Amino acid sequence: MNLQLHYEVPGDDFTRAGEASSAVKKKMKQLGFQPDVVRRMAIAMYEGEINMVIHAGGGEADIEILPDRVTAVLTDHGPGIPDVEQAMQEGWSTAPDNVRTLGFGAGMGLPNIKKYTDEMKIETEIGRGTVMTMTVLVK
Amino acid sequence: MDRFFHSVTLEKDLCVGCTNCIKRCPTQAIRVRAGKAQIISERCIDCGECVRVCPHHAKKARHDPLSMMKEFTYTVALPAPALYGQFNHLDDIDIVLSGLKALGFDEVFEVSRGAEIVSDATRLMLGDNRLKKPVISSACPAVVRLIRVRFPDLCEHVLPLKAPMEVAALLAREEAVRKTGLPPEQIGVFFLSPCAAKVTDVRVPIGMEKSHVDGVLAISDIYPQLVGKMNHLEQTEPLSRSGIIGVSWSSIGGEAAGLLNENHLAADGIDNVIKVLEELEDEKLQELDFIELNACAGGCVGGIFAAENGYVARARIQRLRKYLPVSCNRLEDAGDMRRLEWTETLEYAPVMSLAENVEEAMRLMQELDRICERLPQLDCGSCGAPTCRALAEDVVRGLARENDCIFRMRKEIQDIAARLSQIEGAATYGEQEPIQNGKAPLEGAESEGTA
Repeated sequence: MNLQLHYEVPGDDFTRAGEASSAVKKKMKQLGFQPDVVRRMAIAMYEGEINMVIHAGGGEADIEILPDRVTAVLTDHGPGIPDVEQAMQEGWSTAPDNVRTLGFGAGMGLPNIKKYTDEMKIETEIGRGTVMTMTVLVK
Repeated sequence: MDRFFHSVTLEKDLCVGCTNCIKRCPTQAIRVRAGKAQIISERCIDCGECVRVCPHHAKKARHDPLSMMKEFTYTVALPAPALYGQFNHLDDIDIVLSGLKALGFDEVFEVSRGAEIVSDATRLMLGDNRLKKPVISSACPAVVRLIRVRFPDLCEHVLPLKAPMEVAALLAREEAVRKTGLPPEQIGVFFLSPCAAKVTDVRVPIGMEKSHVDGVLAISDIYPQLVGKMNHLEQTEPLSRSGIIGVSWSSIGGEAAGLLNENHLAADGIDNVIKVLEELEDEKLQELDFIELNACAGGCVGGIFAAENGYVARARIQRLRKYLPVSCNRLEDAGDMRRLEWTETLEYAPVMSLAENVEEAMRLMQELDRICERLPQLDCGSCGAPTCRALAEDVVRGLARENDCIFRMRKEIQDIAARLSQIEGAATYGEQEPIQNGKAPLEGAESEGTA
């Protein structure tokens, strides 16, 4: 038994960023997942979604829900991440000033995804885009 | 006592089965079935939105009658500070308090006194860092109930202290026992409430096994009689013993201001409250120490039992409190801190889940999504559910049928009509009418829905 969800994450409207993770959170709650699992997935996916909007002009989110694990695959066609190791460091950010004024760009996006998920994978190619896969396990 | 007792009730004869209340309910707790609104008891948080919005006055909120005073030897009135904002040209709180005694109460004990004690206790608890921050106020019973059914992660953020009403009731009874020598059960403690959720909160409290309050009277109910007494007072007794901090709890921002800590947020109106809780749940508001949330716009002055417009009441209270001392009550007045603390923890009630186990819930969700796709996404409410998705949810729960949707029903009738005319056409002329997209070639059928 699995559930597949698909969301388009628009890159041209910053105020709508976070809608997909919010929808996933709602579904997971209704499915009766433990609060901790819902929270970790919602936060990790939110961070990934915001990243796609800030850096890559949006993208797509595909979520697979299984009784024992939830996986989100975020795909964008943005500039790619030149140095993943550097991007994973707390405080490292290339976010432009206009989003920093809103409180984003603290350089905690990727570190937070790592912190809240059980598995995280980044596949990125300069000029082609990034696919980020994150999984939260039900323990 | 029924765990899901609610003050909100329906006058069946007045309900016309319209969509106003179902659309407004923040927990999607109302459906129209067989032409009448029905509350899904375990989801209702007693916020009173449906009472406020019903144009036919079919939704009512229960409260106790003034005559309940007769059941007790000695009675104490606990006026909510919102009461002080209900009167034009009032310049002295003692007139209200003396009026309550003229109405028949033996004593008054202001809830604002309890509020000042709770403010003091909250300052102390925030200071010693034993609570999970940001701490969410527990004073609004509708907000606490909302968190209980919708925000599992936030349950442990809720301030585990009794509300000012309870603290005032606890102290008022003790004071009355000392003064009269009567046994506690012969003393009737009555809260004068702007709020319907407090009626529920007294019958089925959260955080404690039994409320200290005996009855809840609606401000709007006693208002005409009280005004009469206030206008004909022989003397005004000096009864008020609370300050700016206590009285300010009547409107939004008052409780937070009483903490003397700028690192807070205050939000009012149930939709705004939900937005704040959602952000909090996503850990987007971590830098705050305290969050005050009131389900009613404007705070308690905006409650459904208030007689006056909440914003007018708030303006009056602002003027009235101007020359009051800052605060007149401290934690020591209640004795031990432990007497203010909740004895029971706030437990998440997963009333929104589709099924008990995730696997079954997933199966239902799949079906729910499929049904939802077939619905018109108009969220018109004509089926009796607030949204198309809510109808789909009711269908998989076995509580409704897909054809409760009038658009689905119309489509089905059109399909049948198309098939009939097909058969008829074949019989009469020996050939079929052309049919496109499964729609019947009926004149005007297309435009009917927009009428």
